[in-house]
Amino acid sequence: MTAHLQFDPIRLPPECDALRTEVRAFLAEESAAGTFDPHQAKDGDAHSRAFSRRVGAKGWIGMTWPRRYGGHERTYLERYVVTEEFRVANAPVRVHFVADRQSGPILLKYAPEHVKQDILPRICSGELCFVIGMSEPGSGSDLFAAKTKATKTEGGWRINGSKIWTSNAHHADYMLGLFRTSPPTKENRRHGLTQFLVDMKTPGIAVNPIYQMTGLHDFNEVVFEDAFVPDDHVMGEIDGAWKQATSELAYERSGPERFLETFYVLLGLIRALGPEPDLRSAEGLGRLVAQLHTLRRMSVSVAGMLHAGKEPVVEGSIVKDLGTIWEQKLPGRVRDLAAFLEPEAMNRATLAQQLAFATVIAPKLTIQGGTTEILRGIIARGLGLR
Amino acid sequence: MSLVAGEGSNIVAEAAERILADLADPQSINQTANGAWKAPLWDALSNAGLPLAWVPENLGGSGAGLADGFAVLGVAGRFALAVPLAETLAAGWLLARAGLEAPATPMTVAPVRPHDRITLDAGGTLSGRAIGIPFAREAQQIAVLAYRGSEPIIALVETKDCRLADGRNLAGDETNVVTFDGVRPPRSGSAPRHFEQRSLLLMGSAIRSVETAGALETVLSLSVAYANERVAFERPIGKFQAVQQNLARLAGEVAAALAVSSSAADTLAQAGVADDAALLEAASAKIRTAEAAAEGSAIAHQVFGAIGFTKEHILHRFTLRMLSWRDDFGNESYWAAELGRHVARRGADDFWPLVASR
Repeated sequence: MTAHLQFDPIRLPPECDALRTEVRAFLAEESAAGTFDPHQAKDGDAHSRAFSRRVGAKGWIGMTWPRRYGGHERTYLERYVVTEEFRVANAPVRVHFVADRQSGPILLKYAPEHVKQDILPRICSGELCFVIGMSEPGSGSDLFAAKTKATKTEGGWRINGSKIWTSNAHHADYMLGLFRTSPPTKENRRHGLTQFLVDMKTPGIAVNPIYQMTGLHDFNEVVFEDAFVPDDHVMGEIDGAWKQATSELAYERSGPERFLETFYVLLGLIRALGPEPDLRSAEGLGRLVAQLHTLRRMSVSVAGMLHAGKEPVVEGSIVKDLGTIWEQKLPGRVRDLAAFLEPEAMNRATLAQQLAFATVIAPKLTIQGGTTEILRGIIARGLGLR
Repeated sequence: MSLVAGEGSNIVAEAAERILADLADPQSINQTANGAWKAPLWDALSNAGLPLAWVPENLGGSGAGLADGFAVLGVAGRFALAVPLAETLAAGWLLARAGLEAPATPMTVAPVRPHDRITLDAGGTLSGRAIGIPFAREAQQIAVLAYRGSEPIIALVETKDCRLADGRNLAGDETNVVTFDGVRPPRSGSAPRHFEQRSLLLMGSAIRSVETAGALETVLSLSVAYANERVAFERPIGKFQAVQQNLARLAGEVAAALAVSSSAADTLAQAGVADDAALLEAASAKIRTAEAAAEGSAIAHQVFGAIGFTKEHILHRFTLRMLSWRDDFGNESYWAAELGRHVARRGADDFWPLVASR
């Protein structure tokens, strides 16, 4: 028999309502003050250190972490509310989001006490930006083919090689990177990689921009030449990083950011259609609403399971697979449904602008953070096929 | 937090599971030429109080909660059950809205299509026609939602008093056009406040979506088991990435159907059929499970190849039934248009708050 897929109808608890109201009020103030424009698609990708510090001051970074590290010991479901409201408002979270979602939790688990004391409170206050160093010119989805080396030296390690497609590296204060400390073994090709915390100001690190097809600069190549990383910046087991990766995946893959990245085009469509859409538009819109509602219910269900201490890795991968494909197709669906609107229809110009941006970024959605093919491999394994 | 269809957590659903495993095994039923299996199955279901689970004890039912009934329907879907259990549950529920006693016989409900309208005249006589009534031929009574002017009335009619046209759905189950002209219902009563034909359609949509999710669960486990067994090119076909990717997509459709249907069932169980939440949840469930039925059925048949296209194989019991269920209680296009209009009327600023309220 197949592993049983579980998606219980979990609801966000009542304490989330007050928080949601507070978050909406904050975002409304920020957008009124000109920090970002909810209708301006690009704004969601902007870097704003000042904004992240204000978010930190509200207590909305590191929400679930222990107080002694600057966290707020709130629930994973409360964090869910903050994440989805920020995403839907198109607020610029890039400075703190990676640290909040995945780097911080890794530090919490594997960093020595004094490193936690030093870094985690600064993540929570919105001061620190993290970059993930995984892909290399010769290894993308095949993570365990990474070659960039960390060689043991007095008091630490010397890193040589390069990482690529590193979003935010040019803004980042720290990288959590995967480096080769031993060759793979015959029995286990995943053996030999170690996770390191790297201060991006370390001598011997060069960050070279790679411009994207959007015209924006997000990607970089990060080149290491004898960059020194001290022993206490090793995260977890030497040569054993492969054991550490899986449990974080469900967190990383099932969140609302995995289906809301192009949400603004759907709002734009509703605005452009007006209160009395024709039958074709109404039907098309209704399907999109049903699909979005379904994705959110799946995502909240996974969040509830994580909250309850379960590890729904397959369910999390399914949310990302379905969610990213949906958000990728959304601009095309919206374009179809808006096709017969009069050119002078209300908000048509804004929608056209939003569509142009969403259409150009769409290809990345099913690549970043685990490609469709890799996710489906994980799902197939969960089904007992491999 | 609430559990609706959490496996092993529901005694009523476990009782249903045992009965269906004994008396409604898809393999055995598929090999039987006649309907002789139906009577003993119905007796066992009735003895367990399942068909009238949604009827309070004082109206002749077993008075289980909506959540229990939905859990039973999930099990029924997993067996692609071909007796009017869902329909009798719905009929009992409808009658209870008007405080009417339910008979202890198989029933069905009408109407199940949004544009059918049955009317009750001042003299107490029904008229109108309802298309696609599931199992009308096998039901002794039909619970009807009719309108006397603009007032919704719930009535119980004897099937033998109605005119039935022959018909079957894709899966071969009796599905009839029922004409009510001149029928005088032995029992009738006013529907509660805010209860309209749409309320019945939303409830029916939640029912069909839960059954569809159940059927999809079985389709997935059958498909995975087959892919692991069937050898081609010297290995099980489940070892081929192309097949794995398709089965992963099928799992995604199953997951979507489970999530949205259990959410809708939970919503109706907690808050009834009257508000915006019910529309968003039940309409979305009908739309998305119908999409999953089409997509999931296509993938499963592709995995099974020719053997899955035979009468002898049980796959069609699940795929054809869930494809048929799409048409009951408003199809996915109907609900999509309704939901789209609803969202458009509320406007863009109220859209996310609606989604986030669930």
